[in-house]
Amino acid sequence: MATKLPRKDVVVIGLGWAGSIIANELTDEGLDVVAIERGPWRDTARDFNIATAADELRYNQRQELMVRPAQSAITTRNNASQTALPMRNWGSFHPGNGTGGAGNHWAGITFRFGPDDFRLKSYLTEKYGAAAMPEELTLQDWGTDWAEMEPYYASFDRLAGISGKAGNLNGVLQEGGNPFEGPRSEEYPTKPMKQPYGPTLFAEAARKLGYKPFPVPSALLSEAYTNPLGVTMGPCTFCGFCTNYGCANYSKASAITTVLPALVRKSNFTAVTNSEVLRVTLDRSGTRATGVVYVDSSGQEWEQPADLVVVSAFTFENVRLMLLSGVGKPYDPVSNTGTTGRNYCYQTANGVQLFFDDKNFNSFIGGGAVGMGIDEFNNDNFDHSGLGFFGGGSIRVTPIGAAPIASRPTPPGTPRWGSKWKSETQKAYLSTMSIGCEASSYATRGNYLSLDPTYTDRLGRPLLRVTFDFLENDLKMAQFCTSKVGEIARAMGPRQIVERPMKGHWNSAPYQSSHVVGGFVMGTDPTTSSVNKYLQTWDVPNLFVVGASAFPQNPGYNPTGTAAALAFKAADAIRNLYLKAPGALVPA
Amino acid sequence: MLTSSPPGVSRRRFLTSTAMAALLAASGKAFGDVIRGTQPFSPFDYAPPETLPGGRWYFFTPDEARTVEAMVERLIPADDLSMSGKDAGCAEFIDRQLAGSYGSYERLYMQGPFQKGTPEQGDQSEFVPRDRYRRGLAALDAWCHASHSKAFAELPGETRDEILAGIEAGKIELPGFDGKLLFEIVLGNTMEGFFADPIYGGNKDMVSWKMLGFPGARYDYRDYVERHNEKLDLPPLSIAGRPEWKTKG
Repeated sequence: MATKLPRKDVVVIGLGWAGSIIANELTDEGLDVVAIERGPWRDTARDFNIATAADELRYNQRQELMVRPAQSAITTRNNASQTALPMRNWGSFHPGNGTGGAGNHWAGITFRFGPDDFRLKSYLTEKYGAAAMPEELTLQDWGTDWAEMEPYYASFDRLAGISGKAGNLNGVLQEGGNPFEGPRSEEYPTKPMKQPYGPTLFAEAARKLGYKPFPVPSALLSEAYTNPLGVTMGPCTFCGFCTNYGCANYSKASAITTVLPALVRKSNFTAVTNSEVLRVTLDRSGTRATGVVYVDSSGQEWEQPADLVVVSAFTFENVRLMLLSGVGKPYDPVSNTGTTGRNYCYQTANGVQLFFDDKNFNSFIGGGAVGMGIDEFNNDNFDHSGLGFFGGGSIRVTPIGAAPIASRPTPPGTPRWGSKWKSETQKAYLSTMSIGCEASSYATRGNYLSLDPTYTDRLGRPLLRVTFDFLENDLKMAQFCTSKVGEIARAMGPRQIVERPMKGHWNSAPYQSSHVVGGFVMGTDPTTSSVNKYLQTWDVPNLFVVGASAFPQNPGYNPTGTAAALAFKAADAIRNLYLKAPGALVPA
Repeated sequence: MLTSSPPGVSRRRFLTSTAMAALLAASGKAFGDVIRGTQPFSPFDYAPPETLPGGRWYFFTPDEARTVEAMVERLIPADDLSMSGKDAGCAEFIDRQLAGSYGSYERLYMQGPFQKGTPEQGDQSEFVPRDRYRRGLAALDAWCHASHSKAFAELPGETRDEILAGIEAGKIELPGFDGKLLFEIVLGNTMEGFFADPIYGGNKDMVSWKMLGFPGARYDYRDYVERHNEKLDLPPLSIAGRPEWKTKG
């Protein structure tokens, strides 16, 4: 039996990017906020200490910053005819744990989505005609648009101090930036990162081919920066222990380096860590959230009543909590009804490796978001007439740091051990680079999230079941975009090129990206979406569900900037609309 | 050498809210960590890596240790580029990993039912690393005794190579244990030991890092990032420092 705690104005679930941003905004409004986090409080000096942060075994191999699958796992299958089995160790993606969430160990690549992305279905239908839409796609509009989103993107850029070069300032194209981005209201808060050799060589080749390379927008900062909350970050040192690691330099923007140091000092904020929310509680009518029930690390259950509930965990946990709490109708791919679990999408990861004889890339120098990219083959930046697919990818060289347990490129056919393995490994280590293409993942009827009928967590609750496979549309796109990357690679003159477009079935074992999106999507129609454009649930007006779970499909960009912008959007709606007139902000 | 410390022992509970503290006293039960007013930070408090001192075997029996050394010596042979995996300490590395939290897959989801999945569903074995080594090494020696009348470690290097390649390719089936499960974990752990920071018992003298030109646990390349296509020859650095730092004086 749960022990009842004193009522709060707001309970926030999860203290990653979204939860920290919303908690900060709502405490500014004077509300009494408690945030519940299933992992520990993370602190740079203690958890990412500079004396021991550069440890590949601990952080990359043993995944210390990720949530332990023993605590929270998922099951996976490629289609509904298979039996889903647990992902026993994190493979394809890396969900985080503790304050900061996956934002501690992320790469830091901070794109904004394009203006057309928010009304993708309408945009493609208007441009190519309804008949051109591949039948397997269940694309949807987001119910918002660029004009609404831009101020929130700008808020996040300022909070995190994002480094980069604008390509479009208020409609005027800027030399050196990404010409395909939506019009920005202001320049990046910090200048672009310095570039290592690999990205520089790529940018030269791309420029010669007529493309417009730009510095990848980075949450690893190029210079010291003090954000609007008064929190100061330091410059990135290109240490190369970045993606999958916490940053010891306070250089990588995360909730713990930008928000929490200010938020925790407010008298109307409380964080409860090492405590996992079991469910959102509803009143008898099912149309009002009354709070949450959570369990602490000793197994004791607590009921936290609140007037407003904000669910802002990782995509998987957002959807699982809604299924466990009975919010919305579970999606059923057979009848094509229900919304909770609908439009689950991923990211299509492609790459090209370049082996040189005469180059030295010093590939241990780098960071998750240090690099140069081009956007000519992303989304609808190129004409899709007659191609038989939609979508595209962000093409870029981002040397994340070549710590050698995981980063030992060798040409195909090299043995995995013995003298030949060793000599090929040694020869390729400094002279190899790769070009990545992080590409779109579009929705289809059979890809969805649901509760697993067999496997449970340590508390006996069903695991979330992921049913996902790559679409024909996305595999065609991968083939096309990767061949374009191959053209750039050939212009760079390596001895050998290995093209790796995504092929075949989704494999849950090798890491691809943590960009899991959808399952509780935003939109204009309650029969095909779970939340309105303010991230407010259709059925329960005092419940907001925020994060990449709201994306109806995923463009060829990393999701964090948009997830964080949606957090600002939801907070703004609560502050300026909901509190003035509590109730549904959009009529269903 | 850093000392060992089980993870989590340095965790502290911060009860700065009097209301919460009163509630805790009333209920008499442990509570989630409640954080208010300030970051829960103490100077010099940090979570060190989980390491064990050398000079002994923690998990392996002497026979198992000998077999593993005979394997890692062939997976990473001594040649012009480096010492062998055995001399680099890969077996000691594996032994200490098995003795620690990795050995029991403490972090992983290991609830049943266990069943064979599709190739896309990843590792579904019910065996944790300690089982894979204990059962797998016994099966390997049983196979070697049956076919060569000797233990694996007593066989010449070329024969050991043939056996390892046979298991890797699925051409040799070990009695009572999946040989590929053994081979893959030994190969993976051997590479971890050879390339990980030496604080974990392998990569003796940072031998693999010197071989590759990887400077190790350095944390600042701002002066080097724009020195393109240049051989830097930065001497590597371990989390525990560098041997020449430890001078008398």
